[in-house]
Amino acid sequence: MMRDVAIIGIGITKFGELWDKSFRNLIAEAGSKALFDSGISGSELDALYVGSMSTGRFVGQEHVGALVADWSGFAHMHIPAMRVESACASGGLAVRQGYFSVASGMNDIVVVGGVEKMTDVVGDEATDTLATGLDQEWEAFFGATFPGLYAMIATRHMHDYGTTREQLAKVAVKNHANGALNPYAQFKRAIPLEKILCSPMTAYPLGMLDCSPVSDGAAAVVLCAADKAKDYTDKPVKIIGTGQASDTLSLHGRDNICTFESTVYAGKNAYEQAKLTPEDIDVAEVHDCFTIAEILAIEDLGFVKKGEGGKAIDKKITTLDGKIPINPSGGLKAKGHPVGATGVAQIAEIVMQLRGEAGERQVKDAKIGLTHNVGAVGASCVVHILEAI
Amino acid sequence: MADGAVPRFWREIPQRYNLIGNQCGSCMEIYFPPRESCPYCRRKSMGKMKELKLKGHGEVLTYTIIYTAPEHFEGQTPYPIAIIKLDEGPKITAQIVDCEIDDVKIGMRVQSTFRKIQEDGYIGAIYYGYKFKPVEVK
Repeated sequence: MMRDVAIIGIGITKFGELWDKSFRNLIAEAGSKALFDSGISGSELDALYVGSMSTGRFVGQEHVGALVADWSGFAHMHIPAMRVESACASGGLAVRQGYFSVASGMNDIVVVGGVEKMTDVVGDEATDTLATGLDQEWEAFFGATFPGLYAMIATRHMHDYGTTREQLAKVAVKNHANGALNPYAQFKRAIPLEKILCSPMTAYPLGMLDCSPVSDGAAAVVLCAADKAKDYTDKPVKIIGTGQASDTLSLHGRDNICTFESTVYAGKNAYEQAKLTPEDIDVAEVHDCFTIAEILAIEDLGFVKKGEGGKAIDKKITTLDGKIPINPSGGLKAKGHPVGATGVAQIAEIVMQLRGEAGERQVKDAKIGLTHNVGAVGASCVVHILEAI
Repeated sequence: MADGAVPRFWREIPQRYNLIGNQCGSCMEIYFPPRESCPYCRRKSMGKMKELKLKGHGEVLTYTIIYTAPEHFEGQTPYPIAIIKLDEGPKITAQIVDCEIDDVKIGMRVQSTFRKIQEDGYIGAIYYGYKFKPVEVK
């Protein structure tokens, strides 16, 4: 029998082009903040998990579990440490592994980090490295790019459902408006619709400002057996649902490219475990690596019907004071997207929202929140549902 | 794509030059690129996957125009790239050539054509494979 797991501490670094911070500085900072926030001393830790996508190419360093254990100050305790990889869903998947280890009874308290240092490489190296999440032999080899594949989803979504360029751009407008209120965000400023619409084309119909940026950053959470959580914090947040699913690595391998079945299945598993439906969710952080990705996410998670994601943006149901606020943090678009950190940072944001500590971007009366973390173009997905206890 | 040893490209030549896929001998589903086993029949398909040359005719399911490309494709921008549903069933990602970029549309009929795909700079290997062009009207 699995036991309940709660989040007792969170830590997040500023996201952005952080030239004065190294990979190890970033994850150690996020980890220390999370441990401090949790109220544990550190000696209670049973294990460490860290999500990162491509440390080997971004900073020329593998053996990340050991490195992070060392630089976080746990080498002398010899606790088990492991790195988890699932492209851009690495962070969410690391949290899920930490969750399992506590839920199983094997560990009582673990720390889960996520990190990426993307600005130590030059030229095309950052985008080329991100593209390793695609099918290298049957997509990238023929000239497909990361934005290009999402652009193909957008083209078909526009064709099938009448979604417009303006609706895509409005996703970015909303997320930048939210990001302007988030002290951790890479882009702390609102961007008007006209500017998004006239940004240089990256891959039709997506312009540069439809894309999330290259970022440095880290986030961490401390997980604890729920029955012990109140020993450490007054505001534990329980993980009441977790789901993960896979799909074909290539986009062309799927029957319907306007749906991420990985999102549908990961969501379904998480909703079932939590015994909830999409209507029960008060706030969500979804994987908006491109504007079209947020439209797909709100459809596939069941917040709106398939095909109505664009109209939902027009109706403003996803704004901070809307029916289902999406990406109060600013999302990947404005908060930044240090890939391995993203899934963990989403959890940290929802914990802040459920604790009522999200400041100017606080969603009113948020009790139940959801996170949605996608690997590359939907070949993997992790969903978590959290509840304040 | 990072430069690599020649075999990683050489071993894909049958697929990339001649659109060789395979077919499950159990359910007759056709795959491109060829698979070790059929995802639907699994053990029933073991030893029954047979090579099959695809005709290279199909229809554009969706497309984009790439403006920002990796280094090996920079000389080709802007270029259209599409997901094409081949008449035999498999879907494939490939560039669309021999037409104006504004003329690429969902539903257009296309056929495969053998082209240079990319090169490792000015002195490196040149990689060939399939692109697709509008079907020629007879």
